[in-house]
Amino acid sequence: MSNLAIETVGLTYNFGDQTVVKNLSLQVPTGSIYGFLGPNGAGKTTTIKILLNLLKSPSDQVFIFGKDINTNRIASLKRMGALVEQPAIYTHLTGKENLINRCILLGINKSKCAEMLTLVGLTDAAHKKAGKYSLGMKQRLGIALALLSDPELLLLDEPTNGLDPNGIIEIRNLMIDLTTKHQKTILVSSHLLAEIERTATHVGIINKGELLFQGTIDDLHNLSKPTIKLETDNPEKTAALLAGVAEIILQKGNVTTVAFKDKEEVANINTLLVKHGIKVFAIGTERKDLENLFLDITSKN
Amino acid sequence: MRSLFVSLNSEFYKSRKTLAFWSAILLPLVICVLMSWGFINQAPKLANDPAAILWFRYISAILGVMGVLLLPVLVIYNTYAITNMEYKGDTWKSLFSLPLPKLSIYTSKYIYIVFLTFVTMLLFALFIIGSGHMIQAIKPELEFSDYNPNTIIIKFFGKLFLSSIGIISIQFLMNLIWSDFLKPFGIGFLMTIMGIITASVNWKYVDYLPYAYPNLTVTKIMATKGDINKMIVFDQGIYNSLICGAVVFVIGYFIVAKKTIK
Repeated sequence: MSNLAIETVGLTYNFGDQTVVKNLSLQVPTGSIYGFLGPNGAGKTTTIKILLNLLKSPSDQVFIFGKDINTNRIASLKRMGALVEQPAIYTHLTGKENLINRCILLGINKSKCAEMLTLVGLTDAAHKKAGKYSLGMKQRLGIALALLSDPELLLLDEPTNGLDPNGIIEIRNLMIDLTTKHQKTILVSSHLLAEIERTATHVGIINKGELLFQGTIDDLHNLSKPTIKLETDNPEKTAALLAGVAEIILQKGNVTTVAFKDKEEVANINTLLVKHGIKVFAIGTERKDLENLFLDITSKN
Repeated sequence: MRSLFVSLNSEFYKSRKTLAFWSAILLPLVICVLMSWGFINQAPKLANDPAAILWFRYISAILGVMGVLLLPVLVIYNTYAITNMEYKGDTWKSLFSLPLPKLSIYTSKYIYIVFLTFVTMLLFALFIIGSGHMIQAIKPELEFSDYNPNTIIIKFFGKLFLSSIGIISIQFLMNLIWSDFLKPFGIGFLMTIMGIITASVNWKYVDYLPYAYPNLTVTKIMATKGDINKMIVFDQGIYNSLICGAVVFVIGYFIVAKKTIK
């Protein structure tokens, strides 16, 4: 049996003539927090809607716990909870009534509402009309609605939108708790890598509907290997001297970038260049942060 | 069946604080109160009428107001309000991402709108009977209690209810296609006016215009002059209303089944 909670196989989706998801092959392992990253308009929400069968996908392209969503819609949805875009709530009902209504639809005991309200910190606002909630409160209510049925798989579309820093930390901790203590699988979308990298075990980066990277968070870190940046008076001679010694990654103007191995090597390179009469204006190691790496990846297509 | 029941239960829970729900209850109450006030004021003129004629006058006054314009408008508004709850909170997406068959979600909304219309008609019947007796309590010269109007009232309002099924289906379909208020309300209102005109001039194709059915029903009820034996509940207009209701309901389901939530 597959250990993937979500699998899409070459998924393509069009809105009219526009292709919004292109040959997408997501693989979300069971028990993971899968950070689904991409700039605004990259196709994240469309993908989540396809995973929920809100948008019809071709058959045999979307599998939830190994089963095709189109032929197993209800069985798959029973195992899922979702928060898509801005929370879908009835503004004329109170927060608690919104939860009770969901309990009615899902056949859940209404006593679960109090537990959910406590979990998302809305107990005091339980009897306030949801239309009068702040964006952050609506977001919390949306998360409570998604969690109400205790689903195995949670799809959270930008869940920290509108939350204050404390709220963001709480949601982060909640996601970690849900996966580590309750063995849930979470797919969380965001356009901010910094938000994802603290919680995600796996990452998928999407832009213009195409999956540009998919792997563990360590795989992503490994992409951003440190480099040595050298500024010299003669870049051509520098490159020629370093050709057999280090791996040259980039040369731009007077700056040469080579792969970093260890500190010793930095000193050796410096000595080699000075010995051959090259003036070294600057030398140092540099590591691209994940945010820049993300920008690099998404700007490639 | 369970999913249909829970969806219906949820429709009631969601709408119980809305104007649509309360208008279904308050409209018959307000109209009956106003009409009984009119009858009480006109008591000296009506004192000599036999009880059967009194009841017919009372019922037809209410039917005239209700059937010609208010019933179609109430149906148009209720249908809009029940579907608009989902557009307003952007909750179609959460409804369709629940493990419930789309048919249950769709059918429950439709049944609930039909139920609200039924409740309105039922309350009309109950309030008319109650207010008739109340008028006599205030003005004893109006002897409503000499005649039992129950059968005639049930037949009149039953027929009026059945004549609204076609409009309910068409309005429901329009509200599923369009999220705004103007298109379904504008088209519905225009068709209602058309229904009034075509029914009043007895257009030869009027039996094929669902928006004319309540008006036709009122005309046919008036023509009986309160004679229960002349009252036919199931005539061509009612059959057409039911056929229209069923056909549009099925078409609506296929539209909902293919509905994508962008």
